[in-house]
Amino acid sequence: MKKIIISITSLLLMASLCAGCQDSTETTNTESPTPSANTSSSASGTVSTDGSTSMEQVIGFLSEAYMEDNPNVKVTYNPTGSGAGIQAVSEGRCDIGLSSRDLNDEEAQTLDGTVVAIDGIAIILNPENPINDLSIQQIADIYTGQITNWNEIGGNDAPIVCIGREAASGTRDGFESITGTEDNCVYSQELTSTGDVVQTVSSNPNAIGYASLASVKDTVKAINVEGVSPSTETIQDGTYKLQRDFVLVTKKGTALSATAQDFFDFATSPAADEWIESAGAIPVVR
Amino acid sequence: MKNTLTRKKTLENMMNLIFTICGFISVAFVIVITVFLIISGAPAIGEIGIFKFLFGKVWSSTSANPSYGILPFILTSVYGTLGAVVIGVPIGILCAVYISKIARKKESAIIRSAVELLSGIPSVIYGLVGMIIIVPFVREAFDLPDGANLFSAIIVLTIMILPSVISVSETALNAVPKEYEEASLALGATKTETVFKVSVPAAKSGILASVVLGIGRAIGEAMAVMMVSGNVPNMPSLFSSVRFLTTAVASEMSYASGLQREALFSIALVLFVFILIINLFLNLVVKRKEH
Repeated sequence: MKKIIISITSLLLMASLCAGCQDSTETTNTESPTPSANTSSSASGTVSTDGSTSMEQVIGFLSEAYMEDNPNVKVTYNPTGSGAGIQAVSEGRCDIGLSSRDLNDEEAQTLDGTVVAIDGIAIILNPENPINDLSIQQIADIYTGQITNWNEIGGNDAPIVCIGREAASGTRDGFESITGTEDNCVYSQELTSTGDVVQTVSSNPNAIGYASLASVKDTVKAINVEGVSPSTETIQDGTYKLQRDFVLVTKKGTALSATAQDFFDFATSPAADEWIESAGAIPVVR
Repeated sequence: MKNTLTRKKTLENMMNLIFTICGFISVAFVIVITVFLIISGAPAIGEIGIFKFLFGKVWSSTSANPSYGILPFILTSVYGTLGAVVIGVPIGILCAVYISKIARKKESAIIRSAVELLSGIPSVIYGLVGMIIIVPFVREAFDLPDGANLFSAIIVLTIMILPSVISVSETALNAVPKEYEEASLALGATKTETVFKVSVPAAKSGILASVVLGIGRAIGEAMAVMMVSGNVPNMPSLFSSVRFLTTAVASEMSYASGLQREALFSIALVLFVFILIINLFLNLVVKRKEH
């Protein structure tokens, strides 16, 4: 009797497993076309994007929002880096290239760059730290180990503890490229999330860290850079220097496919602003 | 009658098949993981050069001139594990002695359940507590600029290996025949002498197994040490920020591409080899116990 019960339950279990697989494939196959009837847009197809790893969040939020309204469209993202993304779009291997730096003159001859969002990076200190303003040069010197004590720049007599992000982080890439400290930073901690950076700086009075402006909390203070306090306004008008553009790159003289153009229009429309903010970036002023 | 018999037989055969399949599933997983790690980890080692990979002192995977040396990670993992074992094993064994030989039934039940609870706590919680309590504590206690270093990681790892050391050692101590201890006591030895000269030596191989288990746990831990060790690929020293083999993989995997990604698989392969050696050693220890 027992054996029969065991065998029946195990068979049922296995059957339900198989059923589970079938169900999921069926539903994805059958359900996906149906909602298209009730949506306003009739766009379909694939939009391929390729480039900056720093833009993962922004492009992720935008494509998710877009695909929700246009279930027949698939927006793909290939995180290869800004240079590779620009290369890909100029060779026609993707629809839209993603670059977290502005195009240089040579690139601008054959490509169009449209700023989709701005990345603002805040320099954060422990609230106990008396320093409220640093220049970009000072920040660079601190992170490259040339200034090692807060008293060299008018603070307490205490060693500076540089907190940063892991090597592949987009925020780190942005910070190091703006301050010109690529591959030269001497970190005492490389943390894997913005939350960790904020937490660590808030618990160590001698720490300095960087984080996307959107994720800075009350437990730390975001200091002025070159005398300008970081805010959405100062980033949008360009007076706050620790910022960089997120650029959508397209090929000059070549029209985007209808689908790609529709996505491009959505990403650069005011409707995209809330998604850009959700992704931790600053929308551009139109 | 005959019909039911054949039905029973087919059922029996079928169940046998199901049991066999389930029995081999874990073997299949091990084989798949091993093959996968070798296939995805070996090419990068070949490309970088095995000597440069294992003994290179500089890891800078995303710089313009990338260099992939994992000696800092290997040494950090070894030192961190050794540190945790040096501190954790004596505490663990003495705790096991207390539970098994000295404590009254009620006391040992309480401690035992506390140990079980300790082993069930997710590693991210160890990391969180370490980050918020141990790291600032180490910074202030040793007057350091920053408390996220190898020492903090060793403390966290010590706490994490305690449960496996305690429970396995305790089982081994419980298995020591009562007659041994009674004979020792009857000969006039004190309780302490009996514990250290009779019980512990008799439970030697079980205790050794608990140490090896602890090593395995410590070397494989990623989440908790990632949150307290600072994560900078320095050559290890007690009060500098360090990166372990496990955290080297975990912290870069999400963005990595190309050779960097392959090199991370190679690190995983190295870690896997370490674990393999530890397990072989454990098997050896347990086998010796049986003879």
